[in-house]
Amino acid sequence: MNHVNGEIIGIRQLSKEYTTEKGEQLLAVDDITLTIPEKSFTCIVGPSGCGKSTILRIAAGLEAASSGTVHYRSNLVVKPCGEIGLVFQEYSLFPWLTVIDNVAAGPAFSGVSKSERIKDALVHLRMVNMLEFKDAYPHELSGGMRQRVAIARALANKPDVLLMDEPFGALDAHTRILLQRELLKVWQLTRKTIVLVTHSVDEAVYLADRIIVMSNRPGRIRTVLEVEMDRPRSRANLQFGQLTDSILKELEYGN
Amino acid sequence: MILSRKLEYAMRTRVLSLTVPMMAPALLAVIWTILAHQIGNQVILPGIDQVGELLRHPTEDLISMGSLATNVLVSFVRVIMGYAVAALVAIPLGVVMGYYGFIFKFFNGFLNLFRPIPPLAWVPLVMAWFGISSLATLSGVETGLTFIYLDNIKFSMLFIIFIGAFYPILTSTIHGVRSVNATLIDSARVLGANESQIFRKVLLPAAMPSIITGMRIGLGIAWMCLVSAEMLPGSLSGIGYMITHAFTLASTDIVIAGMISIGIVGASMDMVFRHIEQKNFSWRRLAE
Repeated sequence: MNHVNGEIIGIRQLSKEYTTEKGEQLLAVDDITLTIPEKSFTCIVGPSGCGKSTILRIAAGLEAASSGTVHYRSNLVVKPCGEIGLVFQEYSLFPWLTVIDNVAAGPAFSGVSKSERIKDALVHLRMVNMLEFKDAYPHELSGGMRQRVAIARALANKPDVLLMDEPFGALDAHTRILLQRELLKVWQLTRKTIVLVTHSVDEAVYLADRIIVMSNRPGRIRTVLEVEMDRPRSRANLQFGQLTDSILKELEYGN
Repeated sequence: MILSRKLEYAMRTRVLSLTVPMMAPALLAVIWTILAHQIGNQVILPGIDQVGELLRHPTEDLISMGSLATNVLVSFVRVIMGYAVAALVAIPLGVVMGYYGFIFKFFNGFLNLFRPIPPLAWVPLVMAWFGISSLATLSGVETGLTFIYLDNIKFSMLFIIFIGAFYPILTSTIHGVRSVNATLIDSARVLGANESQIFRKVLLPAAMPSIITGMRIGLGIAWMCLVSAEMLPGSLSGIGYMITHAFTLASTDIVIAGMISIGIVGASMDMVFRHIEQKNFSWRRLAE
C-alpha cells in the first residue's frame, strides 16, 4: 500500500534520535521521506553531522529508526540483508584476508562453494581493475585500491541496491576523480541502484541522476534536484558549474 | 674493489649479528668459572664444567629419580595440560566478555577479585580440595604404567597452572575483541554474516594477534607456576621437584642444570609463539 511503482527503496517519515553521553536527546534525522527509483543513481549531500550517514545505516539495517520506516521493495528493512549492500568510507576490508578472499567474503558467509565464489570474485576484481592484486593483503594497497576492492566486495554479494557512505571521502583529489569515473562505468555495466552519501557537491553533480540536499542538524531534506546532463559530464560545462554553485548556496543558507 | 668492500661489510655485519648475542652468556661463563674457582665449594657454586656435563647427557639417571630429560618432559606435559584448559576457558569467555557489555559487567568484578591473588597463595586451598587426586583417580586406573603416567598429572598442579595462565589470556582476549574496528563488524553484517560467523570469522581473527600475545605471556607464567606446583605434596617427579629434591641432597650442580633446562624450554616455547606471531600476523603491522 505504501509501495510506489518503480520504487526500490522507500523511506517514510524517518527520524532518528540519539542519547548523548551526557544523557541529552539529540535529533540526528528529522522526518525524512524519500523514494529511490530502481536503477537510479542518487546522491545525498549535506554538511557533516547532518545525519546523512545515519540514513544509510538505517536503510542497510544496521541501525533501528526512532520512528518511521524503510522499505526495500515491499519488505520492511529491520536487519541487514544480502539485497542491500553498503560500502564504507575506509577500514572495511578484513586485514587478515587477501584481496580475493575479501571479495569472496559475502558469498562465503552465505555458503557458496569455494570454486564458485573465487570465480565470481575474479570477475568483480576485473571490473574494478584490481585483478593483478588479487593475492595482496589490504595493508599493501593504497587507499584508492582498497576502495576499489571494497566496491568489488559489495558487488560480488550481488546486491540489488548499493549504498555508499562517503566511499571516496578519504582519498586524494586525483584518485577521487578517477574512482568516480570508474564507479559510473561499473554502474552503467551492472545497472544497480546506487545511493551515495557525500559532502562533496562536485562529486554529487558529477555522478547523480538526482541530488538530495540536506540541511544541518537535525537532518531534513532541503531540496531534491534532478540532474539532466549527459554522461560523462564535464566539469568545464557551464551547466555543471551553475548547478554546483546553486547547491553550494543552498547548503550555505542551511547553516 | 667496491664488491670486495661490500662483501667485507656484509661479512662483518653477519659476524657481529652472531657474536653480539653470545657476549653476555660468555661473560657470565667467565665470571662463573672465576667465582667457582675462588669459592672452591661445590655446594655453593659448582663448576661450569660439572653442570655442563649434566646438560650434555640429559638422558642419564640422576639421584635415582629419572633423567633430566624425562623430568622436563613430565613438567612439560603438565604445563601444556593446565595451560590448554586455561586457554579453552579464557578465550571463549574473553570473546563474549569483549563483545557483550552485559556479560563483561557480569563477570568482570568477580574475576578482578581473584586476579591479585598470586597462584602460589592458592596452594593450601587447592590441597584441601584436591589433595593428591590425579587424572588416575578420575579415570579409575589403579595399576600399571598408565597409572604412573596419569598419576603424575595432579589436579592441584593443573589448577595452579590454570590460574597462572588464565588471567593474561583472558585480559588480552577482551582487549583484542574490544579494539576490533566496528566497521569490520558492520561490513560482515551487511555482507550477510550471522552472529556465529561474526564471532568465528571476524572477531576471532581480528583479535587473534592480541590473543596470541596473551597466550605467550600466559605460557610463560604457567611455566613459572609449575615449579611451585611441583613442590606440592604428592609430587614425585617433574623438573621443579627434581630441583628441590637435589637441593636437599646438596647437589647444587643438578639444581643449576635443572634451572637452565627450565630456561631453555621456556625460551623455546616463547620462540615458537613469536614465530607464529611474525608469520601469521604481518597484516597487523599496517592494518590500522
